[in-house]
Amino acid sequence: MLINHPILGPRDAQEFVYLGDANLLHRPDGLAEGAIAAFHDYAYQRGNPAGEHRELWYHEQGDRSWLVVTRNTVTHEILKVELARDVARREGRSR
Amino acid sequence: MANLKPLTALGHDAPEVLSIGAVRISERFDVALASVAARRGKAGDLASAAQGIGLPLPAPATHQAGDPWSAFWVAPEMWFVEAPFASHEDIAARLKAALGDTTSVTEQTDAWVRFDIAAPDLAPLFERLSNLDLARAPVGFASRTVIEHVGTYLVKRAAGEVVLYGPRSSAASLLHVLEVTAKSLL
Repeated sequence: MLINHPILGPRDAQEFVYLGDANLLHRPDGLAEGAIAAFHDYAYQRGNPAGEHRELWYHEQGDRSWLVVTRNTVTHEILKVELARDVARREGRSR
Repeated sequence: MANLKPLTALGHDAPEVLSIGAVRISERFDVALASVAARRGKAGDLASAAQGIGLPLPAPATHQAGDPWSAFWVAPEMWFVEAPFASHEDIAARLKAALGDTTSVTEQTDAWVRFDIAAPDLAPLFERLSNLDLARAPVGFASRTVIEHVGTYLVKRAAGEVVLYGPRSSAASLLHVLEVTAKSLL
């Protein structure tokens, strides 16, 4: 499997480490009301779709960047690869 | 004062040099190394400070040679800087003084072992060692890659010349796999 790294181009999947659902980017505010319930869902609740899935991958044996990979879990087709940094900034999570 | 004797990464007092067929593997310990990373939102400041001291900050996946500073890209807004050890033993302090608060500088010299590998055609050697397509990579290509489970930085300095940085604690293992693979080509 090849992952088309946004900076480095196509790289072998064995250079990457898989973390899981890209929803992990949406860490709840620990001081907000209902934080305990929000953290419970954040830590334990995962969708398991047969089809398109957004995932976090780490380019450990490369440039050590975190990526958000949109992958079809049925066909393993990779539809989109973005730097997690760009995704987080777009959502206003990082400056 | 104690009479201290410096050792190379392989634990000897002189660098190791091997010639196996057409392949020559030479350990280098005369290069000082430091990493330079722009702090958040300070990439522009780093670029202008670097220009002031003639420090190259090459594009992704490339190496740029210079005098005294050479550098290769390792991650977004992060580079490894090389300089002659004899004149720049204090490389991190010098870079920090020149680049200031825009940059995080980390001393790397003693964390790595460096092997210079030369052969008229390096493709048969590296297609057995790494998944990078070295034959098609342009001169000046630099990338992290895995060689026998060891994470290394590979720089293609010329058509038949590659520089490899591996973790110093794995120096002997890395040399072993280079040696075994070079012998398998004979």
